[in-house]
Amino acid sequence: MKIKKILAVVLAFAMVFAFAACGGNGIKENISGEDSSNAANGGAESGSFANEGTIKIGGIGPLTGDAAQYGVAVNLGAQLAVDEINAAGGINGYKVEYRMEDDVNDAEKAVTAYGTLKDWGMQMLMGTVTSTPCEAVSAEAENDNMFLLTPSGSAVSCIKPDVAFRVCFSDPNQGIVAADYISDNSLASKIGVIFNSSDTYSTGIKDKFLEEAAKKGLEVVATESFTNDSATDFTAQVTNVKDKGAELVFLPIYYTPASLIMSQAKAMDYTPKYLGSDGMDGILGMENIDTTLVEGVMYLTPFVKSATDAVTTRFVTGFEKAYPSQASYLNQFAADAYDAIYAIKAAAEKSNVTADMEASAIGDAMKTAMTEISVDGVTGTGITWAADGEPTKAPRVAKIVNGNVEAA
Amino acid sequence: MEKNSNSPLVKKSSSIRPATKKNLITYAVVVAFFVLFQTLSATGNLKNAYKALLVPICIYVIMAVSLNLVVGVLGELSLGHAGFMCIGAYCGSFFSVLTKDIITVTWLRFTLAFVVAAVAAAIAGILIGIPVLRLKGDYLAIVTLAFGEIIKTVVNAIYIGKDSKGFHMAMSTAGLGMEPDGQVILNGPQGISGTPRNSTFVIGFILVMITLFIVTNLMDSRTGRAIMSIRDNRIAAESVGIDVTKYKLMVFTVSAAIAGCAGVLYSHNLATLTANTNNFGYNMSIMILVYVVLGGLGNIRGSIIAAALLYSLPELLRGVRDYRMLIYSLILIIMMIVNNGSFFVALREKLKFRLKNKKGAAAESKEAV
Repeated sequence: MKIKKILAVVLAFAMVFAFAACGGNGIKENISGEDSSNAANGGAESGSFANEGTIKIGGIGPLTGDAAQYGVAVNLGAQLAVDEINAAGGINGYKVEYRMEDDVNDAEKAVTAYGTLKDWGMQMLMGTVTSTPCEAVSAEAENDNMFLLTPSGSAVSCIKPDVAFRVCFSDPNQGIVAADYISDNSLASKIGVIFNSSDTYSTGIKDKFLEEAAKKGLEVVATESFTNDSATDFTAQVTNVKDKGAELVFLPIYYTPASLIMSQAKAMDYTPKYLGSDGMDGILGMENIDTTLVEGVMYLTPFVKSATDAVTTRFVTGFEKAYPSQASYLNQFAADAYDAIYAIKAAAEKSNVTADMEASAIGDAMKTAMTEISVDGVTGTGITWAADGEPTKAPRVAKIVNGNVEAA
Repeated sequence: MEKNSNSPLVKKSSSIRPATKKNLITYAVVVAFFVLFQTLSATGNLKNAYKALLVPICIYVIMAVSLNLVVGVLGELSLGHAGFMCIGAYCGSFFSVLTKDIITVTWLRFTLAFVVAAVAAAIAGILIGIPVLRLKGDYLAIVTLAFGEIIKTVVNAIYIGKDSKGFHMAMSTAGLGMEPDGQVILNGPQGISGTPRNSTFVIGFILVMITLFIVTNLMDSRTGRAIMSIRDNRIAAESVGIDVTKYKLMVFTVSAAIAGCAGVLYSHNLATLTANTNNFGYNMSIMILVYVVLGGLGNIRGSIIAAALLYSLPELLRGVRDYRMLIYSLILIIMMIVNNGSFFVALREKLKFRLKNKKGAAAESKEAV
């Protein structure tokens, strides 16, 4: 009996570890990546860093749980940037150390993760990845005057404190950017909008889009809405937009309803131009998607993999070389994080941050420096920041051409 | 045993009732924990990571103790306890945001927030209690589960704003139709932000003590014995004239009110309040149930220790990096086996027996001297 039980326990252990080996793959390689980079840095430390000491940058994001895909991508992107910076001599001649803690996309856990990073000696924070935890952590950062730069926290309230900045566009700002893009490129004179009224993301973008469109003198001929409950049949909305003669339909929605709208419009022999928000990113990855249907569709996205500018090429080749088995994480989150680290570098060099400075002093120095720098990053060229923490950059627009995503 | 009672050591302790003694030990454990960490924190010897854990530990201790009242003492399985916490959190936060500028005395506003939240959660407890009274066992568990999910869904769907014309409530921001001076307080899935962060370890500790006082006294009272008799044998209890409906309703209400207070502590500890599966959904309800089961059904001290330990464990395990959650779940499995596996239970009994014998022998030898 006893032996049987012990055996059962041992087998249970064995099973758990076997599963862990399967599931943990992605993360494990990340560790080995970190190790190898650390080893490389170790070799470099003696020679190529001009100054003693390290600058410690912390990161917070979901590395496990439902939202782990975002956190892992940010972690990889940031690590890549840190490795590149260290290989090139660090920030102000100091070695950069980077450590990311898991928050499981939970505000409470994010705050304890923040405490853990403070114990580690964090001087600046690149995070957090998701919006709600970011709001909780930015309140903590305000107390400590800790510099915070979120790569992807897009809710407006994420960067309320004046030490907080972000790399991505805020949700409503996408509406402004979309309207500007249409008018700057004179894509269409008559515009229709179909949005999801039960979704704050969609409603927020739509509101700002209409505001900006009015300012720019664009003619919005129809504004149609649907809700999550009625997200399968769009005949009424499409008919309306078609009858009003819209040449371009703006879709601030996710790609699943968007693909339905396009196919139902096609069934009615209505083929306008389409412009989507970043929720459209991934439409080509949908199962059984008809590529002729989405041909010519444009959407806002901070990052287009196939762009040919120098920074994007460096980022994409670097990423593929450093994490060959994790190419699926090469997305806008990784790009945002990569730019975040380089923005921190630029601001830290502008304000002469040194390794022995307190976090609060760095916060003071960085919040001024952030408004004075201009960063050529993966997600935009000549990105600048206002004192309220919002970035100003030209939007990147992707266009689907011959079944491939291309920079437009 | 006759001999033992003559020994001065045993005599002293036998002058207090065993139940009282047990409670006093529980209080002492909590006070000792508080004093230890408060001193460490005040002298600056406590790491930031642990400092951030203190208030959440208080929250989950309160949650575990109040759930133990339903699961351990009344003997009904409830899977929607986080729902009550959610109600408390939202009502408390809503109240605080609303009165932030009107009531400037922090302690008064915070106390009132607790009262508002406790009342709201208690009403929810009564509401859930009414249908639940007709059910038992698995059916009841499923109803509570559904109830918790309903609460989470409802707070995610409602928008409430306030402007010069009064309150507006709708199912979307646009539906609010607010004046330009209006302020959206409850913003659908984005929840409530800007709650004053009043929760401190001291307040958490006081709340834990109040909870303990309520729960232990309830358990030791005539009412408590009636409740436990329902758990042990409902038919027998009814046959001696115990009003099952009344006592069940009472337990649900008290437990919900306490959970509501824990919710206020939660929402006033973070700058943001949103309801998702991890904090107010079934994940959290089951997590709290795990604390209760591991601590021992009906064992209040066990709940406290299990909640404090298990909540802080993932944070303490951050050192092992990516294997953190794996090791945490392994520890959970091992603890369950050690706690309840027949082999370990037998082993524990054996140890207890030996210890007792040794003590007895020591007392005897002392007497002989």
